[in-house]
Amino acid sequence: MDNNVLPAIDVDRLEVSYGSQQVLHGVSLSVAPGEFIAILGSSGCGKTTLLRTIAGFQKAAGGAIRLFGRDVVNVPPEKRGMAMMFQSYALWPHMTVLGNVGYGLKLRGVPKSEIHKRVASILKMLNLSGLENRKVTNLSGGQRQRVALGRALAIEPEILLLDEPLSNLDAKVRIQLRSEIKSLQARLGFTAIHVTHDREEAMTMADRIVVMDAGHIVQVGPPKDVYDRPNSPFVASFMGAENTIDLEVHSSGQDVEIRTRDGLSTPFVGQIPMGSLTAYFRDDAASLHDPDARVAGSIILPGTITQRTYPGGHYRYVVAIGDRHFTVTDDEYHALERPVGLRLPVASLHLFPSDHPQGGIHA
Amino acid sequence: MSGEMKLTPGASGPLPLGLPKHNRRPAVVRSATAGKIWSAGAVLLKMLGLAVFAFLLFGPLANLALWSVAERWYAPFKLPVSYGLRYWEVVFRPTGDAMSSLATSVGIACLTVVVALAVSVPAGYALARLKLPWRTALMILFLLPQAFPSVAIYINVARVFYSIGLTGTITGVVLVHAAHGLVYSVWIAAAAFAAVDKDLELAARNIGASPLRTFFTITLPLAAPGIMASAIFVFLESLDEFTGTFFVGVPQVTTLPLLLYNASMGGNYQIASITALILLVPSVLFMIVIERFLKADVLSKVGQ
Repeated sequence: MDNNVLPAIDVDRLEVSYGSQQVLHGVSLSVAPGEFIAILGSSGCGKTTLLRTIAGFQKAAGGAIRLFGRDVVNVPPEKRGMAMMFQSYALWPHMTVLGNVGYGLKLRGVPKSEIHKRVASILKMLNLSGLENRKVTNLSGGQRQRVALGRALAIEPEILLLDEPLSNLDAKVRIQLRSEIKSLQARLGFTAIHVTHDREEAMTMADRIVVMDAGHIVQVGPPKDVYDRPNSPFVASFMGAENTIDLEVHSSGQDVEIRTRDGLSTPFVGQIPMGSLTAYFRDDAASLHDPDARVAGSIILPGTITQRTYPGGHYRYVVAIGDRHFTVTDDEYHALERPVGLRLPVASLHLFPSDHPQGGIHA
Repeated sequence: MSGEMKLTPGASGPLPLGLPKHNRRPAVVRSATAGKIWSAGAVLLKMLGLAVFAFLLFGPLANLALWSVAERWYAPFKLPVSYGLRYWEVVFRPTGDAMSSLATSVGIACLTVVVALAVSVPAGYALARLKLPWRTALMILFLLPQAFPSVAIYINVARVFYSIGLTGTITGVVLVHAAHGLVYSVWIAAAAFAAVDKDLELAARNIGASPLRTFFTITLPLAAPGIMASAIFVFLESLDEFTGTFFVGVPQVTTLPLLLYNASMGGNYQIASITALILLVPSVLFMIVIERFLKADVLSKVGQ
């Protein structure tokens, strides 16, 4: 980030409590102008609270929120100059599409004819032309959320907050709106913070991903960094590496020896932490081979296939190794109950010391 | 008032009568004669029950309607001796008491609605939205006027009002009616405000509306149907109110229920019946309107 440019949003050691229960424990986050940030976390992690505190709906117990250098922690929401999209759309059912989209302009004293013109151009941008006089209750979910987007963009905000706006929509509409919001952001240049629990949505839309857990930010970075190099078991499992296996790594002469709990040992050459480790890996990181195959730089675990599904494009298998079960995707068809070797390339394992707090299971 | 609301179950009465026909079939298979007796008895019982219900419901109303068109009716005759609309003419005569007391009644009811709304809109909003420490106690406070025997309360109210010169005035009667009506209007208004999704208000605040602007352009219009319903309740309660008006308003203020009371005490059943029928009109009309205004999502929040 350029040091001369003031961050659009600068959250500084923000603390928020509901009564005696602290929800945010000193969260700090800096967002550059025009940046698209996705806040990712499971429900109850404080991501929505963070967004609502930035919007001014929730009082901060400590810390600062600076918008382009201006501290807004005690400024009411209407004076913060941002706009928000809600999960529930939050459209006003007693108004038409024109009334909803034009509300912010009316507040700013824009003359009626000008409001008509600007609303029409916004609706055109959102493919809603000609719906001005429709009741919002007569629109489909996708249309409603487009109207809500139009209402937010009508006031030309510098900051757009998105509170899971796509999670109530059909899969197809959701993907369509994702790219529409992204391209509008590129065109209009607003700064966006998008709260979601959908990993793919966060990855495809954001410039940077913020992963939150229990009121703390646990990792910030570009999608690929967070995906490929999670900094904790929590982030690893949240980013989809839900298979875990315990390993012991010892040095043996020049090389290292990786030993599994079953006593299987594999020699390895390269950089790797030592001691008791837990490896986290995604189902597409592993692959299926012959049980007695030897591949350099990979651990091969013998097991049997207990389940096979076809989600499209590739097969997904459940492989039993001892009393553990692992999910693996593989392009090839394999028969059930077949003994196979589960190949784990050491380079694609996320390794953490075993005494590190465990990552939970996440949707 | 409550009698009218039960009209619907009465009207759907014939439906259950059709049912035994279907139920009879399996009985016939088992034992033809026993089944027949059993189902005939069931039909008879149902018809009897329905007849009693209809009599209780429509009997007084029919009597009322008969009295309003009876010119002469005395014992031992079961029906009026001669019919006519002479008393209707008396009631609707421009110089008659009925018309002026109808005007008084409607005027008092309108003022009562204004006073009750002036209290219940802010109070309802506060009870629904703000974190008030004594919320439950406050809600119950508005119920109190209903909890005590009304005569005892109104005698004391009359004494207090007398000492400050409010007895026999429209203001006094309006205050008594409003205190009574606040029970409905505060509880319903609180429910109506609670039913408005908070995100709708936040969305307005978020794009630049002040709290006051948000209230008048978003919250109030969305709560309006519930508040309308509460206003109608207050209006009807005021129109029907007798005890308070009797203790505070008499003799200067004469509303329709007081006229009705005077007429029936004086043995003039025709005038009393016609007055009662006039009182029925707004009740029935508004009941139909209320049914459209009061939505399930508002009703589910009453008392929460």
